[in-house]
Amino acid sequence: MEPKDMICIACPLGCRLSIYEDNSAEGFIVSGNKCLRGIDYAVKEMTNPTRVLTTTVKISKAFFSRIPVRTNGAIPKSLIYEAMKLINCIEIQAPVRMGQVLIKNILDTGVDIIASRSMYEREMLDHIKDSTFEVKKSL
Amino acid sequence: MNNYEIVVIGGGPAGLAAAIEARKNGVKKILLIERDRELGGILQQCIHNGFGLHIFKEELTGPEYAERYIQELITMGIEYKLNTMVIEITKNRQITAINTIDGIMHIQGKAIILAMGCRERTRGAVRIPGTRPAGILTAGMAQRFVNMEGYMIGKRIIILGSGDIGLIMARRLTLEGAQVLAVAEIMPFSGGLTRNIVQCLEDYNIPLFLSHTVVDIEGQDRVKAVTIAKVDKNSIPIKGTEKRFECDTLLLSVGLIPENELSKCAGIELDKVTGGSIVNESMETSIEGIFACGNVVHVHDLVDWVTEESKRAGKSAAKYVKGESTGRYKVINIKGINGVRYVIPQLLRVKNITESINLMMRVDNIYKNIKFIVKGNGQKIKEIKRAHVAPGEIETIKITLNELTYRDYNEISVEIVKEEA
Ligand SMILES: Cc1cc2nc3c(=O)[nH]c(=O)nc-3n(C[C@H](O)[C@H](O)[C@H](O)COP(=O)(O)OP(=O)(O)OC[C@H]3O[C@@H](n4cnc5c(N)ncnc54)[C@H](O)[C@@H]3O)c2cc1C
Ligand code: SF4
Repeated sequence: MEPKDMICIACPLGCRLSIYEDNSAEGFIVSGNKCLRGIDYAVKEMTNPTRVLTTTVKISKAFFSRIPVRTNGAIPKSLIYEAMKLINCIEIQAPVRMGQVLIKNILDTGVDIIASRSMYEREMLDHIKDSTFEVKKSL
Repeated sequence: MNNYEIVVIGGGPAGLAAAIEARKNGVKKILLIERDRELGGILQQCIHNGFGLHIFKEELTGPEYAERYIQELITMGIEYKLNTMVIEITKNRQITAINTIDGIMHIQGKAIILAMGCRERTRGAVRIPGTRPAGILTAGMAQRFVNMEGYMIGKRIIILGSGDIGLIMARRLTLEGAQVLAVAEIMPFSGGLTRNIVQCLEDYNIPLFLSHTVVDIEGQDRVKAVTIAKVDKNSIPIKGTEKRFECDTLLLSVGLIPENELSKCAGIELDKVTGGSIVNESMETSIEGIFACGNVVHVHDLVDWVTEESKRAGKSAAKYVKGESTGRYKVINIKGINGVRYVIPQLLRVKNITESINLMMRVDNIYKNIKFIVKGNGQKIKEIKRAHVAPGEIETIKITLNELTYRDYNEISVEIVKEEA
């Protein structure tokens, strides 16, 4: 079989991979990868491509009206739009901690949607916003 | 006048890392000034993953990467001021800053670290013809609207420029229900990371038109249509290749420029190629005691390198204020030639190198199977093979102290040589 060329996107280095099917245990031979993750990526891309999804969720009582979220693992590429629909339905309230689970086990993938930053309540913010207060005293 | 040992201007990843490192090196009185209402810089709007692979060995989103450093800064008790804009610095390291609580402040720093990041090129900077309706905005602006403020910016979208922000926004807007009709790139290759071409365009079947540019914008109040056309070698549009797209929004992702208004007013020497300040191995600018790091020096594509470079700036500034000054040693000039657009740092004092130094550079085109040749006074010091290099990706070459001191060099150059097959 002709080798298939692809670019590894498991990290920003973007190695150019070449993959073809053979009779080995993995079923594929990969070349061009600078590290082992490249092999996993190529084989997965041939069998079950997955992606980490990053998007935002509506939040109230915070400084901003959106909070960034992500899947805490990769989900099948084919489920991305369905996941987006679910994520767009929820609305949360500040305060939120980074890493807090917002949707558990989305679409039975075993993967959760987590907040990718902390957001304080707007009122709380006035106190912890910065160290301006102390700075002012010291100036 | 308020006195600080080190004043850091800008609270993005560069400023955060520099301040933290300076504290780790024993500096007590540090002040970080940020004009936005929170720390983190541009990272807060870059909600996609892909940050920190080199430093944390995991793929974080921009806000997650920022939060780790913000936490560390706060835990260390480093002073910072938000909503505060620095409006002037002098070569004597005096800073003028304003905010609505303190009014105008004059601050004296023993050392200053510049970490103001960069800003986006706008429509004016690339001279696009056509009318001036609403619906034309820079990709970074759109990113802030969509990811932080929660405003959708359009339904049918054309993106000009295939830099990373443009690519990331193509995917982001598609996920949020818009139709991205085309990404047009004037160069014959994309300026973005390859992984972004794959993950953001190919995954979502968004067409990328290379060697294309916008030749007309229609619409009175709002963008109605955008026409793109193929360009020849001299970037001149070719008649008969026009494609017209009915759309309501045009995003510009046409490059970033280091934010150096402040540096200019202090009289800091800037590099014509990078648009950033000229720095030496300690990330010190042409003015003693003023250091610079991050996108204000040159536009980075990976935040990990920003952090690394900024730590170096923080450490050097700490040395400077403690009087373990880096000193007036002999200076070697470093330059890029034959395909290497620039090399950072531009100046190097061997006496300050402990083990090795990383030279960072950008190339001017896509090359396959090449060697980087590093020469000292015209003689080869080192060569490194690369299967693929592109203008969108910063290359790093490590030079050891041994290699640097093999002879007494005045000048070091880095160039590209094609490998014979
Ligand atoms: C859209 C986009 C996507 C990216 N994607 C990736 C990626 O996937 N992976 C990756 O590793 N890297 C990525 N990067 C690169 C990386 O995020 C940047 O290189 C990095 O954030 C630069 O940090 P900085 O601190 O130099 O600048 P910034 O983050 O821009 O911070 C500069 C700060 O200085 C403040 N400031 C400026 N002027 C003043 C003043 N006069 N007074 C007070 N404060 C001031 C600004 O408000 C800002 O907060 C991306 C960058 C962008 C723009
Ligand atoms: S093969 Fe390894 S180094 Fe290369 S892009 Fe993939 S993950 Fe990165």
